[in-house]
Amino acid sequence: MPFHEGPLGDLKVPLTWTAAVALIVAIVIAVAFLLADRRETLQDHAYGVTRQTVDVVSKPVSGAIAAPGRWTGLGLDYVRSYFFTASENRRLKAEVAEMRQWRDRALSLQDTNDRYKALLGLRTDPPIPMASARVVSDSRGPFANTRLADAGSEKGVLVGNPVLNERGLVGRVVGVSRGVSRVLLLTDIASRTPVMIDRTNARAILTGDGGPNPKLEYLRGVDPIREGDRVVTSGDGGVVPRGLPVGAAVKGLDGRWRVVLFADDAAIDFVRILLFKDFAQLADEKQLQTRSLPPVTTEDPKTSILSAPAPVTRPPAAPTATTPRRVSPPRPAAAGPTPTPASAPAGAPQ
Amino acid sequence: MSMRGARPLHPARWLGIPLLVCIAATIVFSAPLRLWGLQLPEPVFAMVPAFAWALIRPSILAPFAILVLGLFLDLFWGGPTGLWGLSLLVAYAMVLIARNMMTGQSRPMMWAWFAGVTAVAMIAGFLFSMLDSLAMPSLLAVFWQFLATALLFPFAHRLVDRFDDADVRFR
Repeated sequence: MPFHEGPLGDLKVPLTWTAAVALIVAIVIAVAFLLADRRETLQDHAYGVTRQTVDVVSKPVSGAIAAPGRWTGLGLDYVRSYFFTASENRRLKAEVAEMRQWRDRALSLQDTNDRYKALLGLRTDPPIPMASARVVSDSRGPFANTRLADAGSEKGVLVGNPVLNERGLVGRVVGVSRGVSRVLLLTDIASRTPVMIDRTNARAILTGDGGPNPKLEYLRGVDPIREGDRVVTSGDGGVVPRGLPVGAAVKGLDGRWRVVLFADDAAIDFVRILLFKDFAQLADEKQLQTRSLPPVTTEDPKTSILSAPAPVTRPPAAPTATTPRRVSPPRPAAAGPTPTPASAPAGAPQ
Repeated sequence: MSMRGARPLHPARWLGIPLLVCIAATIVFSAPLRLWGLQLPEPVFAMVPAFAWALIRPSILAPFAILVLGLFLDLFWGGPTGLWGLSLLVAYAMVLIARNMMTGQSRPMMWAWFAGVTAVAMIAGFLFSMLDSLAMPSLLAVFWQFLATALLFPFAHRLVDRFDDADVRFR
């Protein structure tokens, strides 16, 4: 039976007021969602099943929508390479000639480095495995800067893993599901990354604000930075490994130091996810716990004093002008076993 | 006299279809494309129904539809949950309060109203984001998104035109 034919069919309510009540209820629900959100903590449990489900559903849909754009880009690249082959060839030849010099220098430095490591017995960081992924969606607004990559828990991706493209650091993983990961970009307002200036080793925190160039905050040191300085990850706190390229320092219009990200120079569709754990976590915890430590000994006054072997008595040295003779205080009357003069020094506890 | 105009408007027509179109447009514009170093803009398509629905008629379902749209934006874009839901509802409430002043005005004036309401939503998002993340978003990035969203007014105008006189009780 339709509602308007029932007993409540003639019930009239003022629509404006009920609409206002509905609006207030919706606002209360939205406020509750916002208060319950823990996105800024970037913890695994804060991501939630709902977000994971949305990511899993979004991946094939966004992937299908992004495919024509990707194919168009590949087609344009093909046409461009066809028409500009000669100039491209000249450019590549010049680049190879330059790279040969750098290769020789790198080999020489590698050899020197290996010898230094051998001499110092230095333990270097272990190699980090990677997983390649394709970006299927990209949000670029002022309040959220994230990407969805099509590699997830099945490839061993974990929350916190750093993400790079061919030029530099892109961000880090904040949510993982099967087949898909959510990457928080360095430009997101919730992103904080410990970095250092390559030239001066000055430390700073790279802070996103939704714009294309994140800020350098808490910059320390005297004259720590100049325009164009290379910024790399510092590895402090174990969030990301040390030395990953981030960008170049620039002075912003607001007078603050900012970073032009290297990652922006490259295509945004492919990324590498470093399956990185804090190197401190790679140590064998069991071995650390079972390490044998020297036994702790406590002093027993009776055994250490009363039954200690008598030291060899030496004849007193002749007094000199520089070493005044020490006068022994009078020995108190002993109530217990009579100690030998040498084993019962003056003032010793009985 | 025909009572055809008094027939209640079916929610699927004026709420459901625009909601789905907004979701689809948001997904399309999130494609990772870059042409000559420039990325696609990221307008807030949900501002179109948030503006139009309040003008068409007061409704019980519309605020919840806007809340659903806002939650979708937060989950899909990876932002704080509830941020866009709340910002869009603030804009919707503003239009609902001022709808008597807005109705019947010229198209350029309505565009100005739409830009104003969009600015209110962006400022609300800016403030809520500051409170949530304890950091200040880039004003330039906020401005670009505002500009891209304000250009969506023709879609809002079409939606209002399509359903404004669909139910004579709300004339």
